[in-house]
Amino acid sequence: MTLLRVHDMKTDIGQYAVLHGITFDVPEGGVFVLLGRNGAGKTTTLRSIMGLWRPSPGSVTFQGDDIAGMGTADIARKGIAYVPENMGIFGGLTVEENLILATAKGKFEPKRLQRIYDLFPALEKFWSKQAWSLSGGQKQMLAVARAIIEPRALILIDEPTKGLAPSIVAAMGEAFREIAQTTTILLVEQNFNFARSLGRDMAVIEDGRVVHSGSMADFVADTDLQGQLLGLSA
Amino acid sequence: MNKLAETIGRLGGVNLLPVALAAIAFVLIGAPSSWVTLTVAGLSMGMMVFLMASGLSLVFGLMDVMNFGHSAFISFGAFVAASVLAALGGWLDSDSVLLATAALGLALLAAISFGLAAGLFFETVIIRPVYRDHLRQILITMGALIVSEQVILAVWGGTPFTVPRPSFLDGAWIIGDVSIEIYRVFAFGIGAVVFSGLLLLLNRTRVGLLIRAGVENREMVESLGFKINRLFIGVFMLGSALAALGGAMWAGYETIITPALGGEMMIVVFIVVIIGGLGSIEGTLLGAIIVGLTANYVGYLAPKMALASNMILMMAILMWRPSGLRPAVK
Repeated sequence: MTLLRVHDMKTDIGQYAVLHGITFDVPEGGVFVLLGRNGAGKTTTLRSIMGLWRPSPGSVTFQGDDIAGMGTADIARKGIAYVPENMGIFGGLTVEENLILATAKGKFEPKRLQRIYDLFPALEKFWSKQAWSLSGGQKQMLAVARAIIEPRALILIDEPTKGLAPSIVAAMGEAFREIAQTTTILLVEQNFNFARSLGRDMAVIEDGRVVHSGSMADFVADTDLQGQLLGLSA
Repeated sequence: MNKLAETIGRLGGVNLLPVALAAIAFVLIGAPSSWVTLTVAGLSMGMMVFLMASGLSLVFGLMDVMNFGHSAFISFGAFVAASVLAALGGWLDSDSVLLATAALGLALLAAISFGLAAGLFFETVIIRPVYRDHLRQILITMGALIVSEQVILAVWGGTPFTVPRPSFLDGAWIIGDVSIEIYRVFAFGIGAVVFSGLLLLLNRTRVGLLIRAGVENREMVESLGFKINRLFIGVFMLGSALAALGGAMWAGYETIITPALGGEMMIVVFIVVIIGGLGSIEGTLLGAIIVGLTANYVGYLAPKMALASNMILMMAILMWRPSGLRPAVK
């Protein structure tokens, strides 16, 4: 079943047309990966879905509802969480305050909090620390934890492995696998090895358009296509 | 050197600046009684400037709005409070402390209420169309400031307005050679209460948490499902009300006010917001206390440098800490 449908989405930023007609369907469950070179339009795609840039009317449907004209807060309330490329954590707030802000009623549901502790033990350890004092990997953990502290149907995650040490990337991969069992993830990722280990379905964006979509397994098997679309050598 | 910096950091870091300033002034002034009087005056002035500046700092930090019209709220607060006090002159002149206190309370309440209503109007009509456009913000808020000053001229006239105040706030306490004006202590107390209230609001409530988060990253607050525009209105109204309260307190301090009051205070208010660090209430208080003390000490030691002293202070602090002493965003 399709959870998110993006159809012929066009987005202008100022006087520049950045997305020229993005089309892909994200099925419910698992990890859907958006691939593409730098500047292809992946981040703009996520931001447009989230309402942070205004996409063309009628081009984004979530759980059957048109969300293309909605405000960001309303989109979030429909069950979409967003983890931006810069993580978007609040440095002056403690780890606890960052997380409690993401709860609907201002208090934690014990089971979900325990899940966060299990996935990211460092956050429990630094619970009362201000977020600016965390390492890059811990900040990324906090950003992801904030997205799952409440039940969500879909999480948009933008380049979560950027600048992280390999051991942290591996831990992040494990966490995403666990999260994807209950929540759909739409992942933008430049690290192809990381993406292929998680993705069930995928699309490649080039110059503001989707130039390929299909299963990750098929894409991984087609090294020529990888080379053509991503510049990867066999 | 590092050990010294660590020790200073442990003892309070930049929070020690007013103490250092007072210590240097003590040596330069020489006379302890004058030093105490100037220090109390500086702290009192600092608290009143804090009232005027705290709202602007939050508005600047959270909404990224450069509101030069902020001083209009200061002026209106002063004139509204002064008018209520003048209208209740009978209460002030009576022997009853209760009636005089009620008159003062009503005057401050009127200034705050006016600030809230004016803030709602200003945010909705003037500010909202120019979000994210600093040039237009400067132009439109400067325009609104000029219009506001003309409205004050039209309503209250151009002649200086005498502000009556309760007799129990007149005079001074004399302790040895030291003279401490009662109104200054009162102003300090009001500032301290407002500061404590703001700290509680920001650190102990969900709205406060949202404001602190919004100062850092508005987009992310929206992405968590909160409508930031509603928060903007609330913060703008709060900031306007605090400015009006600051104006009302300043009117009682000066006892004679003119329509230029807000404009005159605005330079000091902007200096405080910039050196304190945008969006930080603690930074605003620190900046206001430093500015208040500096103005009084320099006014005594080198009167001709009084106006320049706070500008020099701002430049020095910005060269040392470009984001201000205690910015909200690290």
